[in-house]
Amino acid sequence: MDLRKLKKLIDLVEESGIAELEITEGEEKVRISRSGTSAAVNASVTPAGPVPQVVAPAVPAAALAPAAAGGPEAAASDGHVLKSPMVGTFYRAPSPGAKPFVEVGQTVSEGDTVCIIEAMKLLNEIEADRSGKIKAILVENGQPVEYGHALMMIG
Amino acid sequence: MFEKILIANRGEIALRIQRACRELGIKTVAVHSEADAEAKYVKLADESVCIGPPPSAQSYLNIPAIISAAEVTDAEAIHPGYGFLAENADFAERVEKSGFVFIGPKADTIRMMGDKVSAKAAMKKAGIACVPGGEGALPDAPEEIVKIARATGYPVIIKAAGGGGGRGMRIVHTEAALLNAASMTRAEAQAAFGNPVVYLEKYLENPRHIEIQVLADRFRNAIYLGDRDCSMQRRHQKIIEEAPAPDLPLRARVRVGERCAEACRKIGYEGAGTFEFLYDNGEFYFIEMNTRLQVEHPITEMITGIDIVQTQIRIAAGERLAIKQRDIVLKGHAIECRINAEDPYRFTPSPGRITSWHVPGGPGIRVDSHVYNNYFVPPNYDSLIGKLIAYGDTREQAIARMSIALSEAVVEGIQTNLPLHIELMQDAAFLRGGTSIHYLEQKLAKSAKAE
Repeated sequence: MDLRKLKKLIDLVEESGIAELEITEGEEKVRISRSGTSAAVNASVTPAGPVPQVVAPAVPAAALAPAAAGGPEAAASDGHVLKSPMVGTFYRAPSPGAKPFVEVGQTVSEGDTVCIIEAMKLLNEIEADRSGKIKAILVENGQPVEYGHALMMIG
Repeated sequence: MFEKILIANRGEIALRIQRACRELGIKTVAVHSEADAEAKYVKLADESVCIGPPPSAQSYLNIPAIISAAEVTDAEAIHPGYGFLAENADFAERVEKSGFVFIGPKADTIRMMGDKVSAKAAMKKAGIACVPGGEGALPDAPEEIVKIARATGYPVIIKAAGGGGGRGMRIVHTEAALLNAASMTRAEAQAAFGNPVVYLEKYLENPRHIEIQVLADRFRNAIYLGDRDCSMQRRHQKIIEEAPAPDLPLRARVRVGERCAEACRKIGYEGAGTFEFLYDNGEFYFIEMNTRLQVEHPITEMITGIDIVQTQIRIAAGERLAIKQRDIVLKGHAIECRINAEDPYRFTPSPGRITSWHVPGGPGIRVDSHVYNNYFVPPNYDSLIGKLIAYGDTREQAIARMSIALSEAVVEGIQTNLPLHIELMQDAAFLRGGTSIHYLEQKLAKSAKAE
């Protein structure tokens, strides 16, 4: 099972508020579960071949709890996806070792810089296109992104 | 040899380049706009990068996005295909400055040939005859313009130096219309190309468009791969091409071919290129040089057995040309019909979903197309959806095979110019061969009047 698919499943669990999801595909099995009151979402994969353990980024309880209480029907689309306006490399902070521009759960106003995309040796500041709370950061620091790539969820 | 090449183009040529790379064991990166996310070559590429929304200006012409895509995928070289940025000297320069190999000639060469006035001057210096006309750029002074036109002899044609490919030109039949024509063409040139410089040439009444394919490596080895006749055009767009050009004296072919190869050596040309000529009354007159791969390259590949795209890649990787001029033997005859998504007689574009796509086959038939069943032809780009190529031992056999192939081809869901091609394969003048560049438009005008 490739990482892209795994990521999609993790997003699905986060957005929908289901407690646990298990999928079997041929010889591979994935179980993604929200562990009790803790905020962490754990995913475990039993593969046919070697596949790394995936742990999803921590999501604050406040964002999850109302969704969990509501069940799968609750708030499926509770966020606006900030998409990349260019091709380049995604960075969370203005320079290596510096504090990231935003963290999950942080409130931002429209126009605030939320990340950097480096293209052709230039660092481009990417701004939030609406105000709200950072609900999820969908890419890893240093990951290449293409035009239209989903970067963050702002709700 | 490169390990990874980024294909900076779309459509059938992106697939063609990808095939050449795959055969050489080179990984491919397909960049694409949002409109081309489902393209066949995107799915087949080792990596793909979406570089922008559908409009070309924000995607296929977006230099930073393309170079950025090369950076994030660690590509080594960039193949620009044809059109888009293929003849953009700034792009070639920035690609090289960013540490990638541009698969094509040096930026300076592209720049020199891109300016049609300097291209003519360079060719004259290299001993290649050009269409007679004024020397260099047309001056501003009206008396000068009139003098030059008189010396050249009417009718004349005024062309934009920054134009090419049939754009930015105006025919003048009488002195009365001359000065207005000059200022209008200047204004249009400024608006379209950002360069108001124009030049004046004799307008040849019934020439044929004959071009010479060349290949040159970095070590000043240059060869020509015979000629192509691309006279079947509408509004300066080629519809049918054939190789070799019918009814040309062998000595004339060899002489013009050798002059082109020699010009390549003189100017230090690198890669594949095409010298375009107007052939009138037994004489070749240079009009412009295309410093890139051409749409119609397959017909030359069929009659020479040489893979031009692979050779481009090898040259860019620093290899010497493996073939010498004496190794080039022209065998047989090849014809190409460009299949466009358009109304066959009104020429209005016909984008949309292809509900049924069946390509012909059989001996001597080659189809270069990225299209597949249920493919959606986007409205944002040119209408070329594929090229049907027929090869035969003789011109007659190539035409017969093309007619059969055209009758087998099925495209439903959109309109195509297949009916026009079927008609042209039966056209008496085409069958005789040697029609001029005005023939098709005259024929279409006659049928339009008859309706």
